[in-house]
Amino acid sequence: MPGRIQLVAIIGSVVLLLVVLEMVRRRRLMERYALLWLLSALVLLALASWSGALASISKAIGVIYPPNALFFIAFGFVLVLLLHFSAAVSRLSDQTKVLAQRLALLDERLRQQEGTAGDGELEVPDGQREMARITPD
Amino acid sequence: MSTETLHERGGRSRLTTGRSHLAVVPAYNESATIVGVVESLRESAPAFDVLVVDDGSTDETGALARMAGARVLSLPYNLGIGGAVQAGFLYAREHGYAFLAQVDGDGQHESTELHRLVATMNEGDVDMVCGSRFLTSDFHYPAPISRRTGIHIFAFLLSRIVGTPVSDPTSGFRLYNRRAIELFARDYPHDYPEVEAVLMLHYHRLRMRETPVQMYVRGGGTSSISTGKSAYYMVKVLLALLVGLARRRPVVEPGDRAPVAAEQGV
Repeated sequence: MPGRIQLVAIIGSVVLLLVVLEMVRRRRLMERYALLWLLSALVLLALASWSGALASISKAIGVIYPPNALFFIAFGFVLVLLLHFSAAVSRLSDQTKVLAQRLALLDERLRQQEGTAGDGELEVPDGQREMARITPD
Repeated sequence: MSTETLHERGGRSRLTTGRSHLAVVPAYNESATIVGVVESLRESAPAFDVLVVDDGSTDETGALARMAGARVLSLPYNLGIGGAVQAGFLYAREHGYAFLAQVDGDGQHESTELHRLVATMNEGDVDMVCGSRFLTSDFHYPAPISRRTGIHIFAFLLSRIVGTPVSDPTSGFRLYNRRAIELFARDYPHDYPEVEAVLMLHYHRLRMRETPVQMYVRGGGTSSISTGKSAYYMVKVLLALLVGLARRRPVVEPGDRAPVAAEQGV
């Protein structure tokens, strides 16, 4: 691999690695989500600095110019990461759905109990009801 | 002891209302029609407790429904029809209702027709009764041709898969018994749930039957399916059907791994 592009690739993957590690250190990124990023950065770094391995990989997959193989592999990692995040988003939206439903059920149960506990409380005008709630009996 | 029986023992004693029929009305910004729907349910279907699921409306839907005498589940944000109806199933399971009727909040389902669903359910051997627009001879359903074509395509596919004729799989006018309530409280499809729900029933060996009902044009507000979204609707439901075919156990049973557990990382 030509010297300059190799240098750029090495610097790029080192920066990626450092940014990910720093984000984990500051708790901006959970380890669970950082693992895939670390793996990508490490593999890219290894291939960028060890040009022999990259050359044989590009030969094996039929890429003439080895840096293109590096792009190809990096693109593969990006796809995997995106898929991973789509799955994470799906899971999160499922979890928030459960939370929202639970919250609505509890809210209604609380409302029923308040309604039956304080007799005639529902007849009290809105402003006074707030008062009644703050000062019990 | 499974969590299910725990839940029922704990839940039944304190939360049960003593009544067995619940009408769930999912409503998103239906302030124009919701009072009429609740009042007509209370009038013509007095056996049913009325529960309006206010799906994060930005208007007065929830307050109006409460004033009309319904109980209201207020979802903190808009979950979509699937999540709203599932909240109704959860409520019914928690409060020990034996039957749950699903009635749209826009007034297109006539609550005087509810007795037809109940009658079909009482004939027995059925877990879900679905009100169908297309079984009456004098039916009048002025939907755009694209919508009707879509419904008939789903009806055709579902009938093939399920093995019994299904004429109106997108109808949301339905009555469920306890077994169906338990199933859908655990898992109910997200976006356009009706068609997938039929498939889920089939895979769980629950039985469904249709009964002819009259439906009306929407009383106000806008449908959750605008014309522009029809294509998305078609594609999404078709995908759901195909995926459903490939899914051997669609629903988590008590004791299974949690489907949305946090530790499924990386």
